Amino acid sequence: MELTPADRRLLDALEGGLPLVSRPYAVLGERAGLDEAEVTRRLAALQAAGVVKRLGLVVRHHEIGYRANAMTVMDVPDDQVDAVGERLTRAADVTLCYRRPRRLPDWPYNLFAMVHGREREAVLARIDELLAEHGLADLPHAVLFSTRRFKQRGARYRAEAA
Amino acid sequence: MTIADIHEVPLDAIDRRLIEAYQRDLPLCPEPYAAMGEALGVSEAVVLDRLHHLQERGVLSRVGAVIAPHRAGWSTLAAMAVPEERLDAVATLVNACPEVNHNYAREHRLNLWFVVTAASREAVADVLADIAERSGIGVLDLPLERAYGIDLGFKPSWS
Repeated sequence: MELTPADRRLLDALEGGLPLVSRPYAVLGERAGLDEAEVTRRLAALQAAGVVKRLGLVVRHHEIGYRANAMTVMDVPDDQVDAVGERLTRAADVTLCYRRPRRLPDWPYNLFAMVHGREREAVLARIDELLAEHGLADLPHAVLFSTRRFKQRGARYRAEAA
Repeated sequence: MTIADIHEVPLDAIDRRLIEAYQRDLPLCPEPYAAMGEALGVSEAVVLDRLHHLQERGVLSRVGAVIAPHRAGWSTLAAMAVPEERLDAVATLVNACPEVNHNYAREHRLNLWFVVTAASREAVADVLADIAERSGIGVLDLPLERAYGIDLGFKPSWS
């Protein structure tokens, strides 16, 4: 789907979030120069086309007690990585699963899976289980827990910097 | 902020049901919060009050859209190996870039991980080059090549 200028204005207007008022789409429309019905119609189309992955509450995991946040990375042979990614993403505790490029020699891993849990030990045990279940235990892998959060907010696509 | 210092926010039954039901498919009717209240058996005022509360306490980043990568612009995951004694200073430098939306310290030789989002691939590359130049530390560029599955949000099991 090719984004129209109106779609772009709408996504820009949405960056800070939907206002917490009775008629939020009308307010969004005022910001984007669209009427309320056009806003909801375009949002439905953007979701259907996959441009908007989801529209709803964006929650911070740590604040609801999910403090063990493990970026699990694996070096999967190129001819298997897509199949492994598709299988891993179906596991209940894997929230996101992505393929990214290796950067040798600094970074040998090409598959990233985010696993969230309440306790570090339980998350590590779950990751071991997942790797074993999927026959991945012998592949080079690493688990990078987050230790400090410096920033977390929604993405901004507009060029704001000078 | 150290992850261990982030306090778990107590949630009531309505908070939990809002989080379970509405991380995706927010109603696209003129009064979505009223529709959500109707589905949960509470008033629009209660829904708005709980969402304000969740936002004030930091549980709710926003009610909004998660945009698919590379559809409305460009983004990348960047990583740096920062000497421990410089971590605060370099994290502050990275945070100051408006194009950076997530920035975490992680347990690895590559210990600083952040997401850069901008209007174009070139604009993202400029931000990485600028951070590398100002910090004197190389920045790995790990753009998404493929996303697997559908982003359903986060399914908590309440303790």
